[in-house]
Amino acid sequence: MLKCHTGSCLSHRGQLHTRAVIAAPSSRLYASQAAQLWDILCCHRLNYVYSNFSQESKSFAVNIFKGKIATSQVFPYPSVLNEEQEQFLRELVGPVSKFFEEVNDSAKNDVLEKVEDHTMEGLKEMGAFGLQVPADLGGLGLSNTQYARLVEIVGSHDLGVGITLGAHQSIGFKGILLFGNAAQKEKYLPKLASGEHIAAFCLTEPASGSDAASIKTTAVLSPCGQYYTLNGSKIWISNGGLAEIFTVFAKTPMKDPKTGEIKDKITAFVVERSFGGVTHGPPEKKMGIKASNTAEVYFDNVRVPADCVLGEVGGGFKVAMNILNNGRFGMAAALSGTMKGVITKAVDHATNRTQFGSKIHNYGVIQEKMARMAMMQYVTESMAYMISGNMDSGATEFQIEAAISKIFASEAAWSVTDECIQVMGGMGFMKDSGVERVMRDLRIFRIFEGTNDILRLFVALNGFQNAGNQLKGLQKALKNPLGNAGLLAGEITKRAKRKAGLGTGLSLQGSVHPELAHSGELTVKAIEQFGAVIEELLIKHGKKIIDEQFVLKRVADCAIDIYAMVVVLSRASRSLTQGLASAHHEKILCETWCVEAYERVTNDIKTLHSSDSRKLFKNLRSISTAMVDNGGVVAPHPLGF
Amino acid sequence: MSGRVLVGVKRVIDYAVKIRVRPDKTGVVTDGVKHSMNPFCEIAVEEAVKLKEKKLIKEVVAVSCGPQQAQETIRTALAMGADRGIHVEVTGKDYDTLGPLQVSKILAALAKKEDAQLVILGKQAIDDDCNQTGQMTAALLDWPQGTFASEVSMEGDKVKVVREIDGGLETVKINIPAVVTADLRLNTPRYATLPNIMKAKKKKIANVKPADLGVDLTSRLEVLRVDEPPQRQAGMKVETVDDLVGKLKETGHI
Repeated sequence: MLKCHTGSCLSHRGQLHTRAVIAAPSSRLYASQAAQLWDILCCHRLNYVYSNFSQESKSFAVNIFKGKIATSQVFPYPSVLNEEQEQFLRELVGPVSKFFEEVNDSAKNDVLEKVEDHTMEGLKEMGAFGLQVPADLGGLGLSNTQYARLVEIVGSHDLGVGITLGAHQSIGFKGILLFGNAAQKEKYLPKLASGEHIAAFCLTEPASGSDAASIKTTAVLSPCGQYYTLNGSKIWISNGGLAEIFTVFAKTPMKDPKTGEIKDKITAFVVERSFGGVTHGPPEKKMGIKASNTAEVYFDNVRVPADCVLGEVGGGFKVAMNILNNGRFGMAAALSGTMKGVITKAVDHATNRTQFGSKIHNYGVIQEKMARMAMMQYVTESMAYMISGNMDSGATEFQIEAAISKIFASEAAWSVTDECIQVMGGMGFMKDSGVERVMRDLRIFRIFEGTNDILRLFVALNGFQNAGNQLKGLQKALKNPLGNAGLLAGEITKRAKRKAGLGTGLSLQGSVHPELAHSGELTVKAIEQFGAVIEELLIKHGKKIIDEQFVLKRVADCAIDIYAMVVVLSRASRSLTQGLASAHHEKILCETWCVEAYERVTNDIKTLHSSDSRKLFKNLRSISTAMVDNGGVVAPHPLGF
Repeated sequence: MSGRVLVGVKRVIDYAVKIRVRPDKTGVVTDGVKHSMNPFCEIAVEEAVKLKEKKLIKEVVAVSCGPQQAQETIRTALAMGADRGIHVEVTGKDYDTLGPLQVSKILAALAKKEDAQLVILGKQAIDDDCNQTGQMTAALLDWPQGTFASEVSMEGDKVKVVREIDGGLETVKINIPAVVTADLRLNTPRYATLPNIMKAKKKKIANVKPADLGVDLTSRLEVLRVDEPPQRQAGMKVETVDDLVGKLKETGHI
């Protein structure tokens, strides 16, 4: 059993810990980076994020790794707003759209590299700074779905403003909403909701980006126990130059109750600029989201009262991960709005531009671009509102889906905007069209809030861990075959069928609209094959799966494609059932998406099965190593000099 | 003086929407089309709320005539600062033929019932461009009217209205109670903020039927046909003045 270096992990709700089947020497290992990464992901990120570690997970994404289909969170497509909430939301959409069309000037904000003062004031008056703060504390008390709908409007007009608002409420003070006690909420939320105080999320440091657990900012408890002394510096903090309230993550030395050893654990703090010792650097000059303020923040012997701890002392990593996880759906919603905006521009151009005697929308090349843009926007939008709907319905397990939606949305938005510029030709490249700004703004979305690369590893490893638990359960059953005859018989039959290329009885019939039956079947086949390859990989690699990043990336890509297939199946099924005017069009979007996604998944699985792929990965690795040795490209110039 | 101001707000197709004529030529397509408050009505609401903020009047009541959706328009007025709303329910055929005559009868009845000292309306609606309701309402009530207002100020028991007319600006002073219609430059309507929309949820909207007010909705007009404006013909370029004269003679213009 791989032991975790912190005792807290083992206290997981007193259940039989189902750790990964991956066996390892029981001595604490820090020697290998693999074990360290496993520890971090496993113990910190995964363990506490799970509310139940049991095998009965409702998450669709968790289950596909086990070759199972859990439909409760994906079918039917969630409709979570009651009449009053829907009516209220409808009333909000108009004024917000109007504000962004008439008052906000995204081009100006980009040139000035700040949000214009009168726009900021207007946003504060509008109530845009406290959308999810409870109404009795001065906010609008919006649910996740309502929030998503408004954030979509912001995303379609100005991502710089979107990040200013998001850094403030989606992560900046989310910690207070999620983990604050009543006193902290009452003290801080009203001024944050009105925008009188701006908030910022301070985790990243010069030496700690993806490896958030390695932060070096320290918070040392005073001998009297009344306050902590905070020291350290954070970089690339959105709203760093504007904020009054900071959610800061720092290492606090803590005594292990069992061994008496002093260890550093992360604690989250609410830090007020007025505490003194908090300074910030000049605004960073960026490629995009220029209107958003990004700055270094320095904490120099800041005295933070002990009652400013957010959540538990030593529980800061959990606070950080939960905050990020909780806000992720917002990104997909915003980006679905961004895509809609640029698609409108592309369509307008294609409809009106004549070349070679015809409007260019008549040409196949343009038609393919437009169709792909529409599909990617449809998938992103479907994911965003499915996840927000799940969250509003009380789902506690959505972290893999949220991560998938962030990866998909950020990459889709980049690709769609890129194609939009292409459709518009030279015009797309010009500042006045407004699309190049969107392109520059979008680049950061694949990087911040968890780089897509790390999130892919998270999706894959999380899935492997769960599947591993199931496998471990089976291995245990194998030790007592007679007592588990039924279970084993079922599993053996399943594998035999799989080997024979027969379906294992999984089906989406009854969930999916009959007109989408074929796409449903493709999805089921994809899930069956995926479950099979996951099991194979687990058996083949064991704990070393963690080193196999080439494998993990492809596994994640399959999971993303499969989740995408299911969300569009769910949404299109609902549209068909409701008899919407667009239902036929949505059916075509869904079918086209599923056919291509299925191909990608089967190709990836083929690569994962094949022995050639090991050679490929080895080659990729050796190319990279040579480049590192050489400080750049290795092959000398063809001309010899 | 009751200190009460009645403001009429009309739900119309949004100004930015591209209007399409129904295939049966009886009207324009309204299903699924974005609607919002008539821009001149927004200006009227803004003026009323401003008067209340200056403490010159005590209560702003927003009125709209129409089907269920008219309530959305009233809610927007509430979010802008009106105190309560009155929804006069008119549906179906009656709604199709609802025009300035019927609406002015309703507003006159309400103005009396609510003991209003001022009725502020938009000068005209952007869907029918009638520019009649304000004038008819004043006539039915036998009240003075200050139409096309670009400035309104209360002076004791009178209202001073600066009117935009073809020749320039005309200032009139009229007795209260009176009817005023708002023109474009009267003010710039405020944006409804989200917290105000939330507060507006608590404000009351009363439901009233035209029959309760003793109003007969029969229309004296019948719409025969609705057509799109004729397609603009392409122009023609000519090289010389002689060519121009020749072409004009050809087409019978001279």
